[in-house]
Amino acid sequence: MKAGNNNFRLVYMDYAATTPVDPRVVETMVAYLGPDGLFANPSSSHVQGRAAREAVETARVEIATVLNVAPETIVFTSGATEADNLAIKGAARARIKHGRHIVTEKTAHKAVLDACKALEREGFEVTYLVPDREGIISPDSLADALRDDTVLVSLLHANNETGVVQDVESLAREVRKSKALFHLDAAQSAVKLPLDLAVLDVDLAAFSAHKFYGPKGAGALYVRKGLRLEPLLHGGGHERGLRAGTLATHQLAGLGRAFALAAADRNEEMARLTGLRERLWQGLSAAGGVFLNGHPARRLANILNVSVGGVDGEALQLALRDIACSAGAACNAANREPSYVLRALGRDDQLAGASLRFSLGRWSTAEDVDYVMQRFGREVARLRELAGAA
Amino acid sequence: MIYLDHNATSPIAPEVRAAMLPALESLFGNPSSIHEAGRLAQNALDEARRQVAALVNVHARQVIFTGGGTEANNLALKGVAQREGKGRILVSSIEHSSIKGPARDLAAAGFTVEEIPVNPKGRILPGAVKARLGADVILVSVMLANNETGVLQDVAEISRYVREAGAVMHTDAAQAAGRIPLDFRATGAQLMTLSAHKMYGPKGVGALITDGSVDLVPQISGGGQEADRRAGTENLAGILGFGAAAALANANQPQRAGHVCALRDRLEESLVIRPGITIFGREAERLPNTCQFAIAGMDGETVQMGLDRQGIAVSTGSACHSKSTEPSHVLLAMGVEPSIAHGAVRVSFGASNTQADVDALLAALDGLSRTLPTGAVGW
Repeated sequence: MKAGNNNFRLVYMDYAATTPVDPRVVETMVAYLGPDGLFANPSSSHVQGRAAREAVETARVEIATVLNVAPETIVFTSGATEADNLAIKGAARARIKHGRHIVTEKTAHKAVLDACKALEREGFEVTYLVPDREGIISPDSLADALRDDTVLVSLLHANNETGVVQDVESLAREVRKSKALFHLDAAQSAVKLPLDLAVLDVDLAAFSAHKFYGPKGAGALYVRKGLRLEPLLHGGGHERGLRAGTLATHQLAGLGRAFALAAADRNEEMARLTGLRERLWQGLSAAGGVFLNGHPARRLANILNVSVGGVDGEALQLALRDIACSAGAACNAANREPSYVLRALGRDDQLAGASLRFSLGRWSTAEDVDYVMQRFGREVARLRELAGAA
Repeated sequence: MIYLDHNATSPIAPEVRAAMLPALESLFGNPSSIHEAGRLAQNALDEARRQVAALVNVHARQVIFTGGGTEANNLALKGVAQREGKGRILVSSIEHSSIKGPARDLAAAGFTVEEIPVNPKGRILPGAVKARLGADVILVSVMLANNETGVLQDVAEISRYVREAGAVMHTDAAQAAGRIPLDFRATGAQLMTLSAHKMYGPKGVGALITDGSVDLVPQISGGGQEADRRAGTENLAGILGFGAAAALANANQPQRAGHVCALRDRLEESLVIRPGITIFGREAERLPNTCQFAIAGMDGETVQMGLDRQGIAVSTGSACHSKSTEPSHVLLAMGVEPSIAHGAVRVSFGASNTQADVDALLAALDGLSRTLPTGAVGW
């Protein structure tokens, strides 16, 4: 995708941070934004309210169908951050009588880490699993961390910075040997990887619309049937008492539609993105001294995270400002510290600092990829020359 | 269709929709990203924050965007209480469920929660708050305008007592914003809740306004957005819509109020000449658009459903409780007999309503009253 009005080309390769909204999703949403549209409060009992409610329930069914679960297991939230918070704080606080120990990973998303930190202040103890150098969490390390008083395990399905995909089936089996609940942060992997929750044994799973061409500010939490959570937001009894607040019809209709559309062309699209990602990796590694971060095979189709030897990270980003990519998670963009995810993978300060995450998506083309590798090669060579001269 | 349920939610203004569309069609960056797509999104977000700030006459940095009024109310109550750890919390007996809910949760967590009564007019007497204050009171929450009756509270005077006692004052202004003049500093509160979808903005976005003196424990953690007080990628389209709705409300509030007030008065003048009518809170100062009434001998739900069949949307009370058959807690708190409270019907007008809508409503009510069983006190 090209954007902007500058005379150089702008390439968007930051789909892991957020995605444009699918025009078909926009069309669905706009139907609920008109003055004569279905604007009523889905909790109202009049005919307009019931029509809005139907749209919300349709969206719930669309998501549940893709995940192969019952619609009533889907709780709508304002996004994955809220869904992660509800899962982690909600499950931990509801199970405080069973114990106060939580297991997560050093490379979890900020939403998970900060929710765990909040629980530490409430007296919970948190174990942070360390992945191997390729970003993989071994089921054995999980088994070692589980205790009698472990109430919750929260892990990423796919890492947002490196794209590394965990062996969630084996990890779920380990969790099942304990009394703990298993929460999966699927914000980055959703719809990119098949996820059948009738098969995969998790209790909670968090999703975010804006990572798969839906709107920002809409998400969902899968909550296994019969599971009790302490709500974060109390009030009018919406969402089976798990999440109070007027349901944002247009947002949820957009979320449901985006989920269904992205799932429908998953296989083709992931094959295409894998091809582009490989082409990009070939091109970038040609510069020499470029290192792939994370496991070479167990990864999402669309994320390529590299560290570049012999250059300053900030200078590299500045030199490539015509390419919208990121040095890590967008949520940590303001903070110039080297990525904690890459540090956990054992990268030193220079390599963790001089890292770039390219993430591809629906409007990425071979032309974009070629442009990026060309610009990358030129700027890396220039910066290394400058560094050598200094 | 005649929509007379604007206190439940309002249609989206065309200008609001126009402000939202760029965020859905082209302005798609993550505001936290430092590249151009991110900066453009951040700039739009900043402008919307200034628009919302201007509506209540505060600085942009005093605005914390949330996922709606309910979340803002939860953040205010739990955010303050969890920071304090213990103490007494006072809330009025007529608060919305999004205040009653967190208050109940805090009571279960060991805080002492006390309700402040209202008089038969629906007013909280500032003296009643003053009498309950003490060194152990950490927080007081009194809504600016009630969602059912529309009765306004003297938040400014209540705030004075609360501040003198050293507690934090919060007011839920979700129903008031855009409908009456609203200046945050004039309310005297340290925290104030706003909701976009009650003022022709989108659902799923709200704000907590703060004077900066209150340290809140975030309810949604991670990522550092909203100055570490509310994490999560910003609902950009929603926030831009909220900004546009705030700007419209800021520009049009007096005209809007005049319009809906004339409709409401026309309705009430016709209602009072009929027998067996009770209009709740009419002796108090109210929102200009709200009329809650009961017809003796007629169940509110029956009236609501009867009107619904004729294409007229009203409510019996709060939309958030539309499934409940309990009489309104607001009316019971005002000392209304349960048998009368069961009859409550809420009409809330908006910008697109006309005199013809009022006349259609009256005709429909007359028709429904003729179906009353013989011997019932009808009109």
